[in-house]
Amino acid sequence: MATEAETGGFAIHPMDQFIVKPLFGDGPVQWYTVTNVTLWLALTVLAIAALLVLGTSRRAIVPSRSQSVAELLYGFVYNMVEEVTGHDGVKYFPYVMTLFLFILFANLLGLLPMSFTTTSHVAVTVTLALLVFVGVTVLGFIKNGVGFLGMFWVTSAPLALRPVLAVIEVISYFVRPVSHSIRLAGNLMAGHAVIKVFAGFASMAILSPVAIGAVTAIYGLELLVAVVQAYVFTILTCVYLRDAVGGAHH
Amino acid sequence: MATETQEVAGGAESAGMPQLDITTFPNQIFWLLVTLVVIYLILTRVALPRIGAVLAERKGTITNDLAAAEELKQKAVQAEKAYNDALARARAEAAKIVAEAKAAIQANLDVEIAKADAEIGAKAAESERLIGEIRATALENVTLVANEAAADIVAAFGGHADTATVTDAVSARLKG
Repeated sequence: MATEAETGGFAIHPMDQFIVKPLFGDGPVQWYTVTNVTLWLALTVLAIAALLVLGTSRRAIVPSRSQSVAELLYGFVYNMVEEVTGHDGVKYFPYVMTLFLFILFANLLGLLPMSFTTTSHVAVTVTLALLVFVGVTVLGFIKNGVGFLGMFWVTSAPLALRPVLAVIEVISYFVRPVSHSIRLAGNLMAGHAVIKVFAGFASMAILSPVAIGAVTAIYGLELLVAVVQAYVFTILTCVYLRDAVGGAHH
Repeated sequence: MATETQEVAGGAESAGMPQLDITTFPNQIFWLLVTLVVIYLILTRVALPRIGAVLAERKGTITNDLAAAEELKQKAVQAEKAYNDALARARAEAAKIVAEAKAAIQANLDVEIAKADAEIGAKAAESERLIGEIRATALENVTLVANEAAADIVAAFGGHADTATVTDAVSARLKG
């Protein structure tokens, strides 16, 4: 699996951190096998529960620090859903909140040393994106019936251009889940791989100060990326949701 | 065994990206869906209603407190106004009392001054009378003493002076 350059006898395996392996013993990875993926997904759930359930257990009017953070996240996502999808979209707030918290916490937990980043896998992000895509499409047809297809027929454009625009709109609609998922997985995978590469260089005495500095710098950047990507995924979800909820026209 | 599977799967893709090892996909997707359902249940059953309730409660509390504060402010303004009114009334009252007191004092003073003037007038008249008396007595005495002295002087010079002549001479001199 040594895929990257080997410098001076040092083997750097930046992709090994992404390997899915069973947690207990050896064996093939069946769909039900408890793997490191399972472990880190479970830790994500625990972290979310710790902040949003334990953190708010006192229900204080004057909030503690953890309750403050939980309320901040709540308000942040709630306002985003309300602003982007409009008043009718507020009832989908729990779903959006679920997505946002999952991605945010999975990204942040993935930054712990020795951890496994579940959101760096396309299998995970594509599933998330398809959930949004299928959900929004089904919802759009339920809410607007065939009128949902009017989204592809740009009435503000000249009549001659409309068929061409319709083709473009349809293509862009189906490309959505691809960009939606690859963006998240790609960002995280690249960042983590780069950190690993620099960490590998750190074992060389001459390069180690530079490498450690670079790891530190990239870690800070990755912290930003982790939060920003969670935000981007969520706000795009809201934008897609608006198409389904707020009528076909925009 | 597992590593072998991965080697084979990884070998299939030239880059060897574990992300593209589709043998792990069902596992990841299954556990992801489980995770999402669990998070959704935690959020909708416990976390979101609780946070929503806390936020609503806080908003209500803040609104109530603001209303109460507004009310108290009104009360404070009223109290200040009442205080100022009372102060103005008290000042007016005090000014009136001062004026009355001044008038009373002035009246007393006038009476006392008049009385004192009268007394002084009486005393002055009395004194004048006494002075007049004393002067008269003194004049008489002076005449007497002058007569005697003149008679003695005349006698000393060896002359004889009868009383009537000396008296006439002395009184003529005294009138001068």
